[in-house]
Amino acid sequence: MSTKIEEKPETETEADEQTSPGEQRRELKRERAAEREQQIQEELSEAEETVGIKVFRFDPEVADKEEPRFDSFTVPFFRGMSVLDALVYARDTYDSSLTFRHSCRQAVCGSDALFINGRQRLACKTQVSDLEWPIRIEPLPHQDVVKDLVVDMEHFYEQMHAVEPFFDPDETPDGELEEQRQTPENREKVKLSTRCIWCGACMSSCNIAAGDNEYLGPAAINKAYRFAMDEREGEDRKQERLRIVEQEHGVWRCQTQFSCTEVCPKDIPLTEHIQELKREAVKSNLKFW
Amino acid sequence: MSQSYDRGIVESFGRWREFSAGMWAWIFHKLTGWILVGYLFTHIAVLSTAIEPGTIAAAGDGEFYTSTLQGLEELLIVRFLEVGLLAVAVFHIMNGIRLLFVDLGIGLTSQDKSFYASLVLTGAITVASIPTFLAGVL
Repeated sequence: MSTKIEEKPETETEADEQTSPGEQRRELKRERAAEREQQIQEELSEAEETVGIKVFRFDPEVADKEEPRFDSFTVPFFRGMSVLDALVYARDTYDSSLTFRHSCRQAVCGSDALFINGRQRLACKTQVSDLEWPIRIEPLPHQDVVKDLVVDMEHFYEQMHAVEPFFDPDETPDGELEEQRQTPENREKVKLSTRCIWCGACMSSCNIAAGDNEYLGPAAINKAYRFAMDEREGEDRKQERLRIVEQEHGVWRCQTQFSCTEVCPKDIPLTEHIQELKREAVKSNLKFW
Repeated sequence: MSQSYDRGIVESFGRWREFSAGMWAWIFHKLTGWILVGYLFTHIAVLSTAIEPGTIAAAGDGEFYTSTLQGLEELLIVRFLEVGLLAVAVFHIMNGIRLLFVDLGIGLTSQDKSFYASLVLTGAITVASIPTFLAGVL
């Protein structure tokens, strides 16, 4: 501490007379902390209701958190509060090391899929008032935990890319800037499947995916469905994608437990899409001539 | 990133209280399936040993077979097991029909209701069968 103070006596000679700038900063920080402390107490006592959250904590790099545990936080409740709001409050107020992913806060980015009260949900989309209190918040099951509520999504992304999620049309329109047109009916057919936000809730809820690491998983199969069912997709690419999907660890692993469909925050009928691809796979392999 | 905490697969079944209809349907379907396979082998074992030693089934007069079966049917536990077997078989059939519709993509939004319906039907048929199965021993 002392070395740092003596590093710049020449530049800030004025400050030297009273206290060093570091001291001043620390003093200000202490004041702010005390103020904040008081503010928290006020907020808690002013709030009509407070909600308790129990948050999973784990950090392999911190001796204190090497063993997974749950920390309890008390958060003032307000109408319309989401679980993410509660987490943000807990992080900003009590423990700045509390780690979780979040970005858009409106169920679009898919970063904050968490295991809330025993179910995969988006923290930003889940109302605190809809849940049983205290709320238990854990990272997504069946994925490696990196820290606190952050899981390793690498495997999920790999599976998503494994189904070749891109267009490869046989023919493109003649005009240079002309769109590739799609009928409204076809758009309706793939509409729900395009809603996927890559949050990984479905994969985490699927107990086949938990036991079989090679299983593509509901999200990836839904992604395959999105392109396979699109009329603009080229025939060759469609066949290739169907071949990927109908492999041993593709659609046939699905045992229709409907777990993915239940947890999907965007209400995509995942099981239905998987079943439809199963039928497509049978149709493309059954030949009577 | 190198170290991470894997909570393993065991906890999924430890959370059975939180399972939804589709999950229960899957578990019951597996369970009843295995019970039926087990029964099939027991059935074959009982019938193939219920012939008089040293004879072939077609040659005997079937008295040994009849007495074996009658002996079994006199046991209360066997009667109860038969009721259980019926329940297991009926559920497997009902849920099998449900899965058939799921495979055909019909009514996937009401899959939980069809599971409850198959449970209720199984219960009703099982209860209705009790007088027949337990007649004479109680």
